[in-house]
Amino acid sequence: MAEVAASMMPPPVPKELERPPLVLNQRSLGWISDHIAGIAEGKAPLWWWLAFVPSFLMFLLLIAMLAYQISTGVGVWGNHHPTMWGWDIINFVWWIGIGHAGTLISAILFLLRQRWRTAVNRAAEAMTIFAVMCAGIYPAVHVGRVWFDWYLFPIPNANGIWPQFRSPLMWDVFAVSTYFTVSVLFWYMGLIPDLAVMRDRARTRFRQIVYGLLALGWTGANRHWTNYEKAYLILAGLSTPLVLSVHSIVSLDFAVSQLPGWHTTIFPPYFVAGAIFSGFGMVLTLLVPLRKLCRLEDVITMRHIDVMCKVTLATGSIVGYAYAMEFFIAWYSGSPYERFAFLNRALGPYWWGYWLMLICNVAVPQLFWFRRVRQNLWLVFVISILVNIGMWFERFVIIVISLHREFLPANWGYYMPTWVDVATFLGTFGLFFTMFLLFMRFLPMIAISEVKGVTPQADPHHPLGGAKLHGGAAS
Amino acid sequence: MNESAKSFGVLAEFATPADLMHAAEKVRDAGYQRWDVYTPFPVHGMDHAMGLKNSKVGWFAFLGGLTGYTTGMLMIWYMNAHDYPIVVGGKPMFSPFSAFPPSYELTILLGAFGALGGMLILNRLPRWHHPLLKHPRFINRGASHDKFFLVIEASDPKYDERAVKEFLAALGGRNIEVVEE
Repeated sequence: MAEVAASMMPPPVPKELERPPLVLNQRSLGWISDHIAGIAEGKAPLWWWLAFVPSFLMFLLLIAMLAYQISTGVGVWGNHHPTMWGWDIINFVWWIGIGHAGTLISAILFLLRQRWRTAVNRAAEAMTIFAVMCAGIYPAVHVGRVWFDWYLFPIPNANGIWPQFRSPLMWDVFAVSTYFTVSVLFWYMGLIPDLAVMRDRARTRFRQIVYGLLALGWTGANRHWTNYEKAYLILAGLSTPLVLSVHSIVSLDFAVSQLPGWHTTIFPPYFVAGAIFSGFGMVLTLLVPLRKLCRLEDVITMRHIDVMCKVTLATGSIVGYAYAMEFFIAWYSGSPYERFAFLNRALGPYWWGYWLMLICNVAVPQLFWFRRVRQNLWLVFVISILVNIGMWFERFVIIVISLHREFLPANWGYYMPTWVDVATFLGTFGLFFTMFLLFMRFLPMIAISEVKGVTPQADPHHPLGGAKLHGGAAS
Repeated sequence: MNESAKSFGVLAEFATPADLMHAAEKVRDAGYQRWDVYTPFPVHGMDHAMGLKNSKVGWFAFLGGLTGYTTGMLMIWYMNAHDYPIVVGGKPMFSPFSAFPPSYELTILLGAFGALGGMLILNRLPRWHHPLLKHPRFINRGASHDKFFLVIEASDPKYDERAVKEFLAALGGRNIEVVEE
């Protein structure tokens, strides 16, 4: 009997190949609940208020800037001929790109069976939703007369005319609104078992009722889990093509036009890689301080930080390849306009923007080849912020530099943002951080039930989960 | 206590996921039908141990996706080629290529609603009242925290309170209690 059991055991893993566990210090299932749910219970710590008050003030600034812009007109922004898209569309693309890492973590890494995702997917999905909220503001207000935004919906206008679906801008409306809705559904579905945790832990009547309503009566029955897991798998399967399509469609807003610098077929994959790159930058910017402040080092381990740095390195290198390929095609196409557009990026009046982009997006992430850099949280944090800055400048390069000098020199100009542009952009940070801080105060910022599921004591085939290694029935 | 109509079923606690799974295999083989296990996370292999068939959620998602794609294509054809055709840049009034991106997004949108809605319908949720959710042992650091429960419900045709209690005790269940409806 013992020999048979020994032959069924997997061969021992060499020490160098052993992976550190996903939850350190052999924390118990109960510890995971207590520790993660505890962040959203009790009094808010001082640092939370120190972060929340300025965020909320910046959010108020956003409201004021939008009110000023809507009541006065788009002229308060720097957009003018020939640069009719400026910070508004830069910020739209930037924010929506940030969202993509959340969906990558929650959907694509789920399909790829990357079990480490459980520690970061909830916060990353929340980041997605709030980033898409910030993004969505810009297309809605940049039209100038926001009261005509309903022209974008499939409703006939007063003359019985329908929206025109041969334009990528209409595709964008469907892509972004679907992206937001499906991200919320996916996030909420992941939250249901954890809302049940919060409901069962709630002390006050008010919290019991609110979490109870939101948890939909979840009991943790296995007949429910089986449908739940299937639905979760399908949502992951649907979100994967969704996230790839959203930034592809955003890129088609540019690529379908005929402007040199925009009219290229490389745009969809290049935009998607850049989006995931920038999103991972933001995930690291958020989670490196939060794991310290919330004492989550045992759940978001150095291994998690390490793999996220590697994803950043990989996507950053894809982006670098795309930059090189754009230049190659500009030369190889033989089109003088195309060649001019790219030389103008590197050597024209906005040369500083182009080189800032190259340094932040291509050169700096290469530091992640070094293990010592990936293990140094200060460096990781600084690099993640540089990635965010670099990706903002990528959109600046694509939009402003392409627009400011097109075919006819009579159409040339120099674009400068106004203080309203800057204050509105700062305001979107206020919205983002206000929402994120509220999220982590009231909802579990890590998927409790999923993290429990990747511990060894949750595995019925592991000794810690109660498995008898001699394989027989319970003795 | 005789078999009152007021009891929901018998609750038993198990120490580890493996113990619960072995108990579930025995309950399945004993031919019970109205029973379930309650865990803080989905236990790998439990569906097989309980003898559950593949979930039907996929059909809901498929129907949602199909509806979405058809709606998108028909909507765009109706709006741009049938009800109010306008020539734009010499492009065809309707082309499956330009209509594809919005239809694709609607496929995903309604497919996602189908998946979530299908899960809720198959699970009979939302349900804000459940006998187990009133039971202190079940909710206070219980099934959502780190405990593993098995419940055989009173509505099962084979249900006999004393026999069920003895059966669950023989399987290694602890803290065996009758849950009130």
